[in-house]
Amino acid sequence: MILTVNHVTTYDYDAPMGAAVQSLRLFPSRFDGQRTIDWSVSVEGGVKGGAFRDGAGDRVEGWSIRPPVEAVTVTVTGQVETFDTSGVLRGHRELVHPMAYLRETVATWIDDALQELGESAVEGASDMLDRAHRLSSAVAEAIAYKPGVTHTHTTAAEALTQGEGVCQDHAHALIAAARAVDMPARYVSGYLFATEDGAPHEAAHAWAEIWVEGIGWIGFDPANACCPDERYIRLGSGLDAREAAPIRGITQGAGEERLDVTVALEQLQQ
Amino acid sequence: MTEYFNEMFDGGRVRQPYSGLDGWMREMPAELRAMKQAEAEALFRRIGITFAVYGEGGDPDRLIPFDMFPRVFTQSEWRKLERGIKQRARALNAFLLDVYGRGEIVRAGRIPARLVYQNEAYERAVSGFIPPRGIYSHIVGIDLVRTGPDEFYVLEDNCRTPSGVSYMLENREIMMRMFPQLFRENRIEPVDGYPDALRRTLASVAPAKCDREPTIAILTPGHFNSAYYEHSFLADLMGVELVEGADLFVEGGFCWMRTTEGPKKVDVIYRRIDDAFIDPLCFRPDSMLGVPGLMDVYRSGGVTICSAPGAGVADDKAIYTFVPEMVRFYLGEEPLLENVPTWQCAKPDDLKYVLDHLPELVVKEVHGSGGYGMLVGPKATKEQIETFRIKIQDNPVNYIAQPTLALSTTPTFVEEGVAPRHVDLRPYCLVGEKVELVPGGLTRVALTEGSLVVNSSQGGGVKDTWVLAE
Repeated sequence: MILTVNHVTTYDYDAPMGAAVQSLRLFPSRFDGQRTIDWSVSVEGGVKGGAFRDGAGDRVEGWSIRPPVEAVTVTVTGQVETFDTSGVLRGHRELVHPMAYLRETVATWIDDALQELGESAVEGASDMLDRAHRLSSAVAEAIAYKPGVTHTHTTAAEALTQGEGVCQDHAHALIAAARAVDMPARYVSGYLFATEDGAPHEAAHAWAEIWVEGIGWIGFDPANACCPDERYIRLGSGLDAREAAPIRGITQGAGEERLDVTVALEQLQQ
Repeated sequence: MTEYFNEMFDGGRVRQPYSGLDGWMREMPAELRAMKQAEAEALFRRIGITFAVYGEGGDPDRLIPFDMFPRVFTQSEWRKLERGIKQRARALNAFLLDVYGRGEIVRAGRIPARLVYQNEAYERAVSGFIPPRGIYSHIVGIDLVRTGPDEFYVLEDNCRTPSGVSYMLENREIMMRMFPQLFRENRIEPVDGYPDALRRTLASVAPAKCDREPTIAILTPGHFNSAYYEHSFLADLMGVELVEGADLFVEGGFCWMRTTEGPKKVDVIYRRIDDAFIDPLCFRPDSMLGVPGLMDVYRSGGVTICSAPGAGVADDKAIYTFVPEMVRFYLGEEPLLENVPTWQCAKPDDLKYVLDHLPELVVKEVHGSGGYGMLVGPKATKEQIETFRIKIQDNPVNYIAQPTLALSTTPTFVEEGVAPRHVDLRPYCLVGEKVELVPGGLTRVALTEGSLVVNSSQGGGVKDTWVLAE
């Protein structure tokens, strides 16, 4: 599948601000499931800074904008050919030891309920892969998709208590449940091409990857009860949503910030 | 009754290194001593060196007691120590480069993966990065204790930003001012080459992109920090800028310093702030002390940060046990300096031993420092031991235990005259193009009679440390 992406993020300020600095993880991962045909990232009025590929295989680019800053607009356009690898992150070069993904964060804190969810999900599982699938199903069952009831700082534990949430909450809960049973897990940010089935999910998407010994990292998307396939574009990963955020930024000043995001994914007909 | 090694007196005989001090000590009238002590205190106050050593907290304006009786090493004693310290500093750096790379030592099964990769000080953000010359820890402070003429043990390694070196320099300065004749009568190796050596070390790890004389800056959390004096002192002596986070910004892949003549590119940052505060975009988002975007510049080779973020994974108390293994694994050598035997309460067998022998052991928190959260078995009351037993049982992973070491003593001026007091030693090893060690270090002394705790927050003082020339 060839997907075209148009992704514009705008931060508007009600008063002129000081300098803005951003760290972007907005580049398609390199692995067997996707091939970048064309890709460009730009920050309006910004100066491009250092760029590198980190130990987890993500390309990172720094940007800065001199003051006064009234708005920051990050524009991503590109074309990626995708392939179904049944969720397996095959051919991805990275160096970080999987065990580094057992660490808890505020967003993925394991409370009793998540511990219980993890343990009961894997009971009777035949092998590690089966455990991972069961964990994903358990989270999908425990948290119903419902936009607007959670926010960016909602933790996995809070989302589970609430029983409702969006893809970020599903991913956090799955990560916490997997770590609870000692399986390394991480947060992945990317895009999802919503097909004609009318699935309500946003094109800017997030899911989780679980480390399965003998296979490697495998993606699981509890929000859609599946593993990522050719409808998915993978950008970057981290311990939680904050770490994997495609855009991390700081703008100096006390002005009120208004965020506007539009993401359009289209399939290129051949 | 434990026998303690007295570094000056062997029975009634004066050991050779101290022969130059015996007469000085005996001939000093009490009035002169009191006068000199007051003079030293006034000097310390005037220069403003009042901070707590090693970030121990406490009253930042309190003067740390200075004991005028120097601690002395012979050239041959020092050479041996020096070899051991340099070896250890090299091994620690090899370990850091390895665990942020392929992790060969873990693959080889010589250190448990969990201990490294689940360690709080392990920074995923620097994994895969090779800093200039492959060095992560440019200033390694190694805390040593002595138990006999030839017996030294490493208590802990400090790979992040060990403080206290300003005491090494100031103690010497003040001793030379007060007792110039001592420095004429004894041939003492100078320590005042340290600032130059530090500057050379920092300059030698400038990024490859830097094509001129590197600009170096010391990044301090600010004047409210207990070690601010040391930050400004070192900046002065090295002739480099002292900056706070707000003085720096990133643009175009480089780090810049605001100056009256416009922005100036900074190549090497000797940071005296913790990892968590370096860059709010990468670490703690609420940090006001760091520089937003600095980590991206660092990782793309625009600036060098000393010590490297993530260096702390090598000086964790649980990793400490494996340092001798690092020496063998990376250098193919036998360790010249010994570790103190350590029981890990995380291991069931060790835990049982520790709980059975609490009155004999020193128990420490894995991440603790400054002598807090510590039990010194032989000096503790029954109640203190029982309270600690419960703490250990509640969270064994958090504790390690070591035998109570018979720390050596050196003569120290006390109320009644001169008496032996227990000491430790922190030398500062520099790792850059060369591995260097200034002949000296910081000697801390437990001023309370019988006390084995040298921490300044708990009644410790400092001494000038001499290495005799041949």
